[in-house]
Amino acid sequence: MYDLIVIGGGPAGLAAANSAWQKGLRSILIVERDKEAGGILNQCIHNGFGLHRFKEELTGPEYAARFIDMLKETGVELMLDTMVLEITAGRQVHVISAKDGYQVLSAKSIVLCMGCRERTRGAIGIPGDRPAGVFTAGSAQRYLNLEGYMVGKRVVILGSGDIGLIMARRMTLEGAKVLACVELMPYSGGLMRNIVQCLNDWDIPLYLSHTITDIRAENGRVSHVTVHKLDENRQPIPGTNLEFDCDTVLLSVGLIPENELTRAAGIQMDPRTNGAVVYENMETSVPGIFACGNVVHVHDLVDYVSAESERAGAAAAEFVLKGQREGEALELKNGADVGYTVPQKIRAQAVEKAADVFFRVRRVFKNSVIEISDGEKVLASFRREHMAPGEMEHILLPRKILDQARGGQITVSAKEA
Amino acid sequence: MKELVCIVCPKGCRLHVDEENGFAVTGNSCPRGAEYGKNEIQNPTRVLTSTVRITGGAYPRCPVKTDRAVPKAKLMDIMKELNGVTLSSPVEIGQVVLRDAAGTGAGVVVTKAL
Ligand SMILES: Cc1cc2nc3c(=O)[nH]c(=O)nc-3n(C[C@H](O)[C@H](O)[C@H](O)COP(=O)(O)OP(=O)(O)OC[C@H]3O[C@@H](n4cnc5c(N)ncnc54)[C@H](O)[C@@H]3O)c2cc1C
Ligand code: SF4
Repeated sequence: MYDLIVIGGGPAGLAAANSAWQKGLRSILIVERDKEAGGILNQCIHNGFGLHRFKEELTGPEYAARFIDMLKETGVELMLDTMVLEITAGRQVHVISAKDGYQVLSAKSIVLCMGCRERTRGAIGIPGDRPAGVFTAGSAQRYLNLEGYMVGKRVVILGSGDIGLIMARRMTLEGAKVLACVELMPYSGGLMRNIVQCLNDWDIPLYLSHTITDIRAENGRVSHVTVHKLDENRQPIPGTNLEFDCDTVLLSVGLIPENELTRAAGIQMDPRTNGAVVYENMETSVPGIFACGNVVHVHDLVDYVSAESERAGAAAAEFVLKGQREGEALELKNGADVGYTVPQKIRAQAVEKAADVFFRVRRVFKNSVIEISDGEKVLASFRREHMAPGEMEHILLPRKILDQARGGQITVSAKEA
Repeated sequence: MKELVCIVCPKGCRLHVDEENGFAVTGNSCPRGAEYGKNEIQNPTRVLTSTVRITGGAYPRCPVKTDRAVPKAKLMDIMKELNGVTLSSPVEIGQVVLRDAAGTGAGVVVTKAL
């Protein structure tokens, strides 16, 4: 029986295991299906990782290496090339690998760190032919950066998520012509820095409030794409069509937390995040099972993934060494223009100094305030100069404020100052 | 006054650079932003990341980066030089694969042990 089994060896899994070790657990196993640890960071060869954490700008593989090196100083076991097939509420973990076959492992605690997968064309229903040449941006990134294959020469990108933006620059550097980045919403879904250095630097036009309305093919490969401007009801406006002559379409239309295992274990899910409902210490509705990183909610910064996962790892250690946290939970609700919050529940009595709360706003804000209320009274407010749906917000709610909440709930809302 | 977004880190602070006042920067949350604002108006630079061929490794490509920011106009020249590089495994993080890339003075280094 392990003290802790961590599922997934990306940045979340590495940080959770490391922190559980620091907090005193001694039999820890990470199960990873890939042939190496590091998760999505292995294909993110661009820089921009770790400025908060290490005060320097690292590439994805360098950031991963820092955590893998830290782990080498511990006795944490890393089981590679092994897929987790099932977990149970009784904390059994079913795994399979070519080397050791099918095994059932038991643990006193589990941390879920399976990350995200990309939305595909099917998930968003683009009309037109179904030819070769349509890829998710992340699979194109994997082909190019790990395997060394260029997926196309003339590219249109649908969606302005970070992966798409990063790939616009990457494909350009490798000699492709990126004709356009097309975004359904009136704002970009990616980080501002990526718009600047991935699109503007290379004169790649960004069409906001536009979408692909047709994909056509010649000889089984993408040959043309039609793009329309959208009205306020997101309907194509006739006569606004732009035609692109291209061989490749990259989709960067969002990520979905990878939660088949979570659902099958009967863990309560949040339809807003597509991740598990979690408490202040990243514990799910099943005691002793925790979750952190992209499997809980999509993060744009790996630094926050590491910090969140360290809290989850420490909480797993607390669970094993001291037992289950007690206390009534406050329910976190989203008020005006807030899309979700993580955590969704806070056991105020268990909070030492303050609880970390992450959320995303639904639209772009200039001078604004984040308001915390218990439904009747405003308990705290935080000022922001700028907020956007593409940028995750973070606040620290002090224990003092949590204790003032009446009626068992706290509402987080955003508004202009 | 010029407005721009700091891209040194993903926080993306909105900077104001005053060209008439010695390129004084406001809106930055840290000193790196002030430096970026001054340079971006006068001489924009970027760190280049890419991959080079490698033989005998777990993958056929090895990720690399320039060891400092280089002038934007030189990025494509460095890409051309990198096309001519083939490494052989093992390589360590920080190992130099190209010195004085495209005459910028910058080195190109490995970012993953392979
Ligand atoms: C293209 C792209 C660009 C990014 N750019 C930046 C940036 O510039 N700066 C920044 O700070 N952040 C960036 N991020 C965000 C950051 O990389 C992610 O938030 C972070 O990698 C999430 O970590 P994770 O461990 O939760 O998930 P992942 O990295 O996805 O790791 C999950 C791991 O779990 C494994 N796994 C899943 N299911 C199973 C199973 N059933 N059995 C065994 N193993 C399993 C997977 O193989 C994987 O290794 C970027 C992300 C992407 C995708
Ligand atoms: S000013 Fe500092 S904190 Fe703000 S984006 Fe630039 S580097 Fe990041």
